Amino acid sequence: MGELKTELKNKIITSLNLEDISVEDINDNDNLFGEGLGLDSIDALELIVMLDKDYGIKLTDPKEGKKIFESIETMAKFIEENRTK
Amino acid sequence: MNNGIHHYCRISNGQVILDDKVLFTNEEKNFDGFIKSVYKHFEIDYPKFYKMDPLCKLSIVIASILLDNSEGAIEDDMALLLSNKSSCIDVDLKHQSTIEDKDDYYPSPANFVYTLPNIALGEISIKYKLRSENSFFIFEDFNPEFMVDYANSLIHLNKASSVLCAWVEVNKDNYNAFVYKVSPNGKTEHSKEHLKTLIE
Repeated sequence: MGELKTELKNKIITSLNLEDISVEDINDNDNLFGEGLGLDSIDALELIVMLDKDYGIKLTDPKEGKKIFESIETMAKFIEENRTK
Repeated sequence: MNNGIHHYCRISNGQVILDDKVLFTNEEKNFDGFIKSVYKHFEIDYPKFYKMDPLCKLSIVIASILLDNSEGAIEDDMALLLSNKSSCIDVDLKHQSTIEDKDDYYPSPANFVYTLPNIALGEISIKYKLRSENSFFIFEDFNPEFMVDYANSLIHLNKASSVLCAWVEVNKDNYNAFVYKVSPNGKTEHSKEHLKTLIE
């Protein structure tokens, strides 16, 4: 799962235009929203699109996102268990 | 009462000019690289910049340079009057590329939120906490007659105590921006003839 976590960190940095942040700066358990990486609601929508486009996972209930996108750790675990591509 | 221009700023051909003084030069041809260098040089420090579309980047940078280098407080009823030719074409095309293939249909929310030129007005208003009149007009070229009449009208009708006026054009790597602030306290002539000489 380590490889997936690094992949997610790279995707988040690139697709969300996080300037001056590298993979090494993001810890697996850091909060992605709020005081962690400081992502916002538009970023959350981008992550939902990313799950669909890159991993074939459609979130039917947006409320699910709150737990899934808590950290890289929770995202990677969810993707491992639900990915279709 | 006559209105006057306080300061003006121009970004074009790799240069940033404030009141006829060249403050920064960079020969970078790529717009994104160039505007990022301007943002960093003037230490604008507004992290949301990196998420913006080209039009908002140009608008927020030139407005910040002008306002941050102007004396006195910024009136919270300062109106915004922006104009350009290409609207927000770059992000529109980017968005279109994500929705034109039915089998690969993944529109980006981060792009979509910028697919209106007046988002640039919102970005400036948020940064400077403005609660004021604002409008974005599309013209073939900078329209000094319209800009002078509209800015004067806003002030004379007490809709605003000052007006930040701008031409903010960007289309791929071609960019040209000109911004100036108008109020009854401005010392420089506010006329279509004078504006033409400033933007030429």
